[in-house]
Amino acid sequence: MPDQPGSTAIDIVRVSKVFGAGADQVAALDAVSVAIRENEFFTLLGPSGCGKTTLLRLIAGFDFPTEGHILLHGADIGTLPPNKRPVNTVFQNYALFPHMTVAENIGFGLEMLNKPKAEITARVSQMLKLVRMEALAGRRTSQISGGQQQRVALARALAPQPKVLLLDEPLSALDYKLRKEMQIELKRLQNETGITFIFVTHDQEEALTMSDRIAVMSAGRILQIGSPRDIYDHPAERFVADFIGETNFLAGAVESLDGSRARVRLKSGAVLEAAVPEGFAPNGEATIVVRPEHARLAEGEGAALAGTVETIVYFGTDTHVHVRLDDGGAFTVRRQNSRGGEDVPAEGARVAIAIPGAAAQVLRD
Amino acid sequence: MARTFDVRRQTGFTTIAAICFALLYLPIMTLVVYAFNAGTSIAIWEGFSLRWFEAAWNNNQVIEASWRSVRIASVAAVLATIAATMAALATTRTKPYRGLAGKYAFINMPLMVPEIVVAVALLIFFSRIKIATGYTGLGYLIAAHTAFCIPFAYLPIRARLESMDQSLETAAADLYANGWRTFRRITLPLLWPGILAGLMLAFVISLDDVVITEFVKSGGQDTLPTYMLGQLRRVVTPEMNAISTVFLLLSIGIVTLFFFMSRRK
Repeated sequence: MPDQPGSTAIDIVRVSKVFGAGADQVAALDAVSVAIRENEFFTLLGPSGCGKTTLLRLIAGFDFPTEGHILLHGADIGTLPPNKRPVNTVFQNYALFPHMTVAENIGFGLEMLNKPKAEITARVSQMLKLVRMEALAGRRTSQISGGQQQRVALARALAPQPKVLLLDEPLSALDYKLRKEMQIELKRLQNETGITFIFVTHDQEEALTMSDRIAVMSAGRILQIGSPRDIYDHPAERFVADFIGETNFLAGAVESLDGSRARVRLKSGAVLEAAVPEGFAPNGEATIVVRPEHARLAEGEGAALAGTVETIVYFGTDTHVHVRLDDGGAFTVRRQNSRGGEDVPAEGARVAIAIPGAAAQVLRD
Repeated sequence: MARTFDVRRQTGFTTIAAICFALLYLPIMTLVVYAFNAGTSIAIWEGFSLRWFEAAWNNNQVIEASWRSVRIASVAAVLATIAATMAALATTRTKPYRGLAGKYAFINMPLMVPEIVVAVALLIFFSRIKIATGYTGLGYLIAAHTAFCIPFAYLPIRARLESMDQSLETAAADLYANGWRTFRRITLPLLWPGILAGLMLAFVISLDDVVITEFVKSGGQDTLPTYMLGQLRRVVTPEMNAISTVFLLLSIGIVTLFFFMSRRK
């Protein structure tokens, strides 16, 4: 667990945001609370319209909460204008100033803070070096590529040494290869600067690979906060399990509960040991999720499930085996491909599916 | 695949286009050609000469009226552009509210109200002020020109503000710029081409005005257009053509200059 010690950088305390008035009211955020630690790479993950960008804008000061408090190192900044907050933003469209050079863009924040000329110059060249843009310092921002603009936007936001850096889907405009490069670059910058990053994305893969912790959001609420591993292996709610990666959902009933483990009986009759999320209240029925790569195709008795292979899809690195279960449900098993590895069953073949003890997770809803 | 519709391939397109261009430019070409007539007629060609340009240049009334036109247009255009810039900022850098569209219409009213109505209204209004204050200077013309120039300056400035990426201003605020510094360092430099376009348009519109000027001017306050109108009531010589030609070249010159200034980045 990357449970770094460290004080809280940003504390969001029961923040709500309502847009519009009267009958057109839309609650973009509904009593959201989250504590973001210092030096953390924290990601707000969710589909468009889930409120993640709204939350980022409230932290930046581009909008103000309807209710609740936003604390930065304990001080309430929720009502300050953006220019009074030691927080900087990397915008989705970069928002570089087109009438200024790369260096002027990077120095703008320091200039507005009335720093002495010599300090600005020194800091700008340090920033140019950090994002490897020294050679293009004198260029107009319209004369550089998308990836370079991205670097300038980062350098511009980092130059005033903010307490927190906010990133609003900054990689979404880049093509796949460049995006992969920038993901690594961002991690490096965060390590080197030690600044708290709050990163907004709808891309679950991006969130899993970059974050220390992730908050999964939906419909104005935070559903789950945890490390990428936590979120992926132990989704607490159906939405989280469904939104991140691929999942098999199985219906069952909780037979007994022992702390964070439970014995569940599947519809097929098999009994499994499964992890239980915090705050779980058993009420008989339960949904159990199993990641496709955590299940195995097995032979003979003792397996949890049985069914018939419907389709086999080859993906290069792995193969997906889609099984129609005997009780009518569907189940997918993912198998890593290897040179001269074991054979995959043929379509139409009878198979059994084994679910190891650590693989199953009970959902809260 | 169906061929894309091309209006230029329609029967009669070329003919109609030719007629339109001829109607627009033949009179102007004729005017320019006869400015160089050696004779005293504006219809019978008697050979090439620059005598009418010389005559206009030596005509004190022409020079005086031209100078007055330029002074009025310069002051009115600058005042109108300042007012239009503030109006454009106020109507675009705000959350949309009920009545905003009405405000646009209100600002653009001079474009819709018949000029003659404004002219008569100003005549009556200003005459009262003249009686009350005794002031008879160019101020009345400048005020009138400023008023009807505002919408012409407002339109390009507002268009520029609306097409401008507002996240740039947000970014400036994020980078510790207060409202005034955001305006000075971000909004104004990016708005500059729009402001120049508005200024140019206002200047040309003011320079060109006849109706309102004719009603508002006091004795001895002829601008170039009202002077020419007065002359046309008497004997018409190619001197009018020569003046018009210079006027035309000046206008083309200004428009071209501002076009290249606004394109330079």
